[in-house]
Amino acid sequence: MNELVLKTNNLTKTFKKKKAVDSLNLEVLKGDVFGFLGPNGAGKSTTIRMLFGLIFPDCGDIEIFGKSLKNNRRNALKDVGGIVEKSDFYLYLTGYKNLELLSSLSGKVDKKRIFEVLEIVGLKERAHDKVKTYSHGMKQRLGIAQALVSNPKLIILDEPTNGLDPQGMKEIRDLIKELSSSQNITVFISSHLLNEIEQIATRMAIINQGKLITQGYVKDLLNSEETKFFFKIDDKEKATNILTEKYSITDITILEDGLECKLKNDIIPYVNKSFVESNIKVYAITPKRTLEEYFLSVTENNEKY
Amino acid sequence: MINLIYYELLKIFKKWRTYIGFIAIGILIPLIEFVLYFSGQGIIENTTKRLEQDFILVGNLFNGWFVTHLIMNSLWIHIPFLICLVAGDVLAGEASAGTYRILLIRPVSRDKILISKYIATLIYTLSLVFFLAFISLGLGLLLLGTGDLLIFKDGLLILPQDELWFRFFLSFLFASYAMCVVSTLAFLFSSLVENSIGPIIGTMAVIIFFFIIGNLPYDFFITLKPYLFTTYLDVWTLVFDEKIDWSMIVKHILILSIYMLSLFLPTYLLFRKKDILS
Repeated sequence: MNELVLKTNNLTKTFKKKKAVDSLNLEVLKGDVFGFLGPNGAGKSTTIRMLFGLIFPDCGDIEIFGKSLKNNRRNALKDVGGIVEKSDFYLYLTGYKNLELLSSLSGKVDKKRIFEVLEIVGLKERAHDKVKTYSHGMKQRLGIAQALVSNPKLIILDEPTNGLDPQGMKEIRDLIKELSSSQNITVFISSHLLNEIEQIATRMAIINQGKLITQGYVKDLLNSEETKFFFKIDDKEKATNILTEKYSITDITILEDGLECKLKNDIIPYVNKSFVESNIKVYAITPKRTLEEYFLSVTENNEKY
Repeated sequence: MINLIYYELLKIFKKWRTYIGFIAIGILIPLIEFVLYFSGQGIIENTTKRLEQDFILVGNLFNGWFVTHLIMNSLWIHIPFLICLVAGDVLAGEASAGTYRILLIRPVSRDKILISKYIATLIYTLSLVFFLAFISLGLGLLLLGTGDLLIFKDGLLILPQDELWFRFFLSFLFASYAMCVVSTLAFLFSSLVENSIGPIIGTMAVIIFFFIIGNLPYDFFITLKPYLFTTYLDVWTLVFDEKIDWSMIVKHILILSIYMLSLFLPTYLLFRKKDILS
């Protein structure tokens, strides 16, 4: 299960003396939903463009399924599909024709497979409409269809939920989970939203200013840091007492419909249990973690040690 | 490779801008021929009036061949412009539409993609010139009939009717080849930028500039003239000499080929290593 699917070795790219990606070492394992996190301008898209050979690295190498992209691009990308930034298509062609054209570049055109992927993304009914008539969400879904059309074993998605409404974001996330679990496709997904990656990824890497900050299993990385949680509850006073006395939490913010405090992920079930046993009604427990806050905590910890 | 060329042609011919050239030719040429049909006889009469003092001119000189030969002068500026509309967009259009990002992530070499795009561009160029041939000759002969061809080139020359099919076939063939140099230049410019307006304007600017300096009667420009590709775009006119100078045609074709190669080579080298940032 720990077979390496994608590996970057000291990947570096400079634009006009500014290092967009700086000695990046990533490891994606077979079966991963690998979250690639970073704020806007961190170097995510540059990295992804290098993974596809759209941009040439200044130094370093990329291995996909054990094959060097530099020396064996065709074989390295044979089982890879993806979206780079937003999904742009030939607007004057139909969705079907776009997929036919693109799959011809990957080998042979399989009409059955084209309709299959259009069905997966819910666009079968619109297959013969020109892409210029598609909404933004439909184009993103067509983007995923083109990533899947050549039966890839690895798909690389660059912020696929960008610009989508909450419903569209959920659909894409569900689709990614489905692809990973039922079709056994390894997924590499970039995002600037920590909570998005938290929901779907098994492993993740975080970059900032082109440098790798951390990499590992999502559970391990997020549980090791304290997160701000919002508790929607009825008895705030009683809850504050429990948190202070039983869990030694002092930094508590009382809000109109509940309270907020920082604590580790793994004690959440116990806190919840304590509240319920004390007859406090718990309506919701929501993590209020942002990528920026997470960065800060990781950086602070790095500085400590 | 044939598959790639097919899809490149599909992209070209599914775009509205591709038909601007065909529509322009399809409207303008019949319009010119109809106008000449009704009032063009005067051109021949004015030209031959003085000659009739010394010669007896018989037959239909204002015919389809004559009008087509007149129309072929659009090959200097007008047709190159129509070619640039498409050739300048083939690569730059992908960049501006962002479709390089779905095209070049596929497991196919950039070389193949570039070559297929280039071949598709050349096919479009040939199709446009042959469309011009079809419309101008077809309608011209239908409307104005046939006859000998009167040519004003270093004096007056009359080419017999029975040679004209062959001469016009060669002429359009060589014109197509010359126009391929124009499309190769537009293709080069198209690889450098992310907007197709630049390659269109750039190519036309180069052609017009080279034509102007190639025709200036000063020593410096006269010395420069053999090095300008526009000097050899007239290869199609060489088949209308009384005796076809094949060695001159071969020389023109060879020089045009060298230009094509030297314009395509940098395109190829640049495209192979180009970072796709669009």
